[in-house]
Amino acid sequence: MSEPAPLIVLAGNPNSGKSALFNALTGARQKIANYPGVTVERKSGHFTFADGRPAELVDLPGSYSLDPTSPDEEVTRSVVMGLQRGERRPDVIILVLDAANLDNHLRFALEVIALGQPVVIALNMMDLAERDGLTLDPAKLEKALGVPVIPTVAVRRRGLEDLSAAVENRLLHKPENIEPVVAKDRDRGLSKQAKRIANLAVVSETAGRRWSERADRLFLHPFAGPIILFAVLFVMFQAVFAWSEAPIGLIESGSEWVAAGVEANLPPGFLRDFIIEGAIGGVGSVVVFLPQILILFLFILLLEASGYMTRAAFIMDRMMASVGLSGRSFIPLLSSFACAIPGIMATRSISDPKDRLTTILVAPLMTCSARLPVYAIIIGAFIPPTQVGPGIGLQGLVLFGLYVFGIVGAMIVALVLRSTVTKGPNSGFLMEMPKYQLPLMKDILIGLWQRAWIFLRRAGTIIFGATVVLWLLLTFPKVPEDSAMSQVDYSVAGRIANVIAPVVEPIGFNRDIALALIPAMAAREVAVAALATTYAIDAPDEEAEAKSLTERLQSRWSLPTALAFLAWFVFAPQCISTIAVTRRETNGWRWPIFMLAYLFALAYAAAGITYWSAVALGL
Amino acid sequence: MQTPTTLDQLSLKQSAEVVAIDWAAISDNEGRRLRALGIDKGVSVEKLYKGMFGMSDPIALKVGRMMIAVRKSHAKAISVCPIAVTTPA
Repeated sequence: MSEPAPLIVLAGNPNSGKSALFNALTGARQKIANYPGVTVERKSGHFTFADGRPAELVDLPGSYSLDPTSPDEEVTRSVVMGLQRGERRPDVIILVLDAANLDNHLRFALEVIALGQPVVIALNMMDLAERDGLTLDPAKLEKALGVPVIPTVAVRRRGLEDLSAAVENRLLHKPENIEPVVAKDRDRGLSKQAKRIANLAVVSETAGRRWSERADRLFLHPFAGPIILFAVLFVMFQAVFAWSEAPIGLIESGSEWVAAGVEANLPPGFLRDFIIEGAIGGVGSVVVFLPQILILFLFILLLEASGYMTRAAFIMDRMMASVGLSGRSFIPLLSSFACAIPGIMATRSISDPKDRLTTILVAPLMTCSARLPVYAIIIGAFIPPTQVGPGIGLQGLVLFGLYVFGIVGAMIVALVLRSTVTKGPNSGFLMEMPKYQLPLMKDILIGLWQRAWIFLRRAGTIIFGATVVLWLLLTFPKVPEDSAMSQVDYSVAGRIANVIAPVVEPIGFNRDIALALIPAMAAREVAVAALATTYAIDAPDEEAEAKSLTERLQSRWSLPTALAFLAWFVFAPQCISTIAVTRRETNGWRWPIFMLAYLFALAYAAAGITYWSAVALGL
Repeated sequence: MQTPTTLDQLSLKQSAEVVAIDWAAISDNEGRRLRALGIDKGVSVEKLYKGMFGMSDPIALKVGRMMIAVRKSHAKAISVCPIAVTTPA
């Protein structure tokens, strides 16, 4: 058996440019998995030395200290100490430090060096430090720390060869156990020691051009700041709809073209129906939303990479505090507008466990992009495109209302949870606000590609699977020629739906909706695919089959039913993946079951109230 | 020597040295985070920004070359001594 490639880990403070260095060293081919038993991401990639020898590079979660305050820091600590389950002891640790923030970043570095493992320091963002008027001498730092120090600028790929050579050197000449340079009295002495060493390395320090500080004077201005934030959010949501029209059209005509091709080349029968109605119809109606998801993520990634996201959290903190959360919850909740899954995973940065749990529990109330297909089709079919004001259409207003409904719902739920099941002292809000940075196109593209891949894989597996199973259940058993029953009523799915229907009839739902709700448990957007499949199979003749889903809905649903259906989807926890990720993030079934129960109860009540009010108003 | 005060009372753009932290008023975990972000006895800080629309919560501080956000509830537990501003030449 050949010896495994050496394991090199990147460790360092958050905002040290660690991930940019990781991307620069490994390129786009990265593997993201989880450490066993915990909900911390393991990001690994391949790296080759100058002589062509391979190594595995792992990007550890950013840490401020070896004295962990979050599951992320716990993993970093275990890995660098060689104690992490499912991970080999690292052969070399690359410590990434922000050159302009040495006295803060050296604290963690000193702790790691004290462990006596082979360490190489990447003194990163040297260019920004110089622009800040800070001149450093890496040689002096190297002498003071007793480990190799390599100046790098990850985003410009500067210093990478030197870093690679230093790591290789460290591998070849396994150092005899170095004398730990840090005394045991960690917490108290560390700050002073870090400051002392940082001062040693500084050659000269002038005021420099602090453009980042000047930018904050605007972005954190007590009045201009919030206005800018809301403007940014407005542009973001506007772009999700405006920019996605053209690519959505392309995907739609693409899937029509494929369907037409299949129709022309396959003989009529089971296989053709299956491919056109089940596969292309079902998956196509979901993949259409890829552009919107990518645009939303593009904005979120840009806001994060530029450093603005932490300012948004600062601005929102006071408001979040009024419902018992903190500004830290703002970032996960904003991501949840794209999809609750990355949103829930982003809660890992919230250090207070009760804050984090509350944020996880309300994250599904943010209107995720999977609800858009449902909202879009119902609004298109039942809300007239009238103008209610200059440039304001009724349809858009209803959509906006649904978003607001979700946000207000989340705030109320958070407030109730914080005073009942997640009761506890109001937690703090401690957060670093890094310097602004120009986001690097490559890093953004890698992030977008990872999100697109997750979505497409979901469409190809869960959504495809659910659609196919539903199609089969709707198609079999075949209704006998002489039966008066429709195919849907006769099918397995129809029979199941007829059992569920009485439960949802009080809130105005018909059998078709009951039928669509079952597969929509897999993912909300399947509801649209399910309705389309149901009505396609149910069509008595060719002419009826040619009618669009919109027309079919209009002829079969009343307005109160349609409105109740919308209200249902504001709350309904119809997404297996969200439940699964909640189970993983909360380590058990208790909270996902609680989430399911409270969201279904809210959905039922909201749909019911909407239906009864609409009927009472004579709509 | 100016009169000691607490961080929440400090005026904006004012530098100060942390003279004492009432660790008992802060949870263990939050205390660790506070130290991890560089706030400790003897450290100089500068209060840069505070909450939006005239609110006094949260607070943005400069610690070394880093900016961090803290809540008023923590700032109350941090005693500081204002440092007279020396205008740069």
